[in-house]
Amino acid sequence: MIGLSSYLVLAALVFSIGLFGVLTRRNAVGILLGIELMLNAVNINFVAFARYNGDLIGLIFTLFTISITVAEVAVGLAIVIAIFRVRRTVEADRLDLLRG
Amino acid sequence: MTLETVGFWVVAVVLLASSLAVVLTPNLFHAVLYLAAALVATGLVFLLLEQPFLFAVQLLLYAGGVVTIVVFAIMLTERLVGERIRQTSRHLVNGAIVSAAIFVGIVGFLLRAPQVPVRPGLEADATISIGRALVGPFAVTLELLGILLVTALLGALYFARGEE
Repeated sequence: MIGLSSYLVLAALVFSIGLFGVLTRRNAVGILLGIELMLNAVNINFVAFARYNGDLIGLIFTLFTISITVAEVAVGLAIVIAIFRVRRTVEADRLDLLRG
Repeated sequence: MTLETVGFWVVAVVLLASSLAVVLTPNLFHAVLYLAAALVATGLVFLLLEQPFLFAVQLLLYAGGVVTIVVFAIMLTERLVGERIRQTSRHLVNGAIVSAAIFVGIVGFLLRAPQVPVRPGLEADATISIGRALVGPFAVTLELLGILLVTALLGALYFARGEE
């Protein structure tokens, strides 16, 4: 029988890998992919806790996070395309107009 | 070794390998394909936790929707720039140190937390209860979610439309 902590450690590993991607990628789309991985790990946590505590709320929260993530990706990529039109680059390091 | 134990280890290895590939591969297009594999593996984790409805949602929305949008965006930007976009990383060591520290912190917290008792048996199909809850106590939240999705759709259209 697989215990709750196995799922939580798996989710923590995926979360750390996603964080590594967010920290090291230069490309804005690559950073978005890392954020996807992190949100995915959070969903695993939600479902595992909901299952092991016999609570329905975690499952419903997972549905909401999945839907909100889809909206976030759509808007994020639209912003990336809009930035690309103006600056001709999607490298996050070179998007420093607001740095002052 | 039960079937669930074997399944868990297989899915865990696939999930971790494809996640690592997402953040390490230099080709952005390949990274998206590995992300699709990682998302499907996450759906299989939901299946191991006996939630087939969430597995279906994960496949439809994440593996279907998100991956399609990202592939579309990459092809569009590559078309605009007229060349392959190379994907590079920087601060590899610092990033690894920070992520490892976060992981150790989470696991340390898990070790000190009280052990959750063994998983209770499944009372009924969770899909029915989820549906009931979505039109019952969570009806307002569901409507708000619909508004959010429409707003995001319009916003994305506005941002990404052409100059004309």
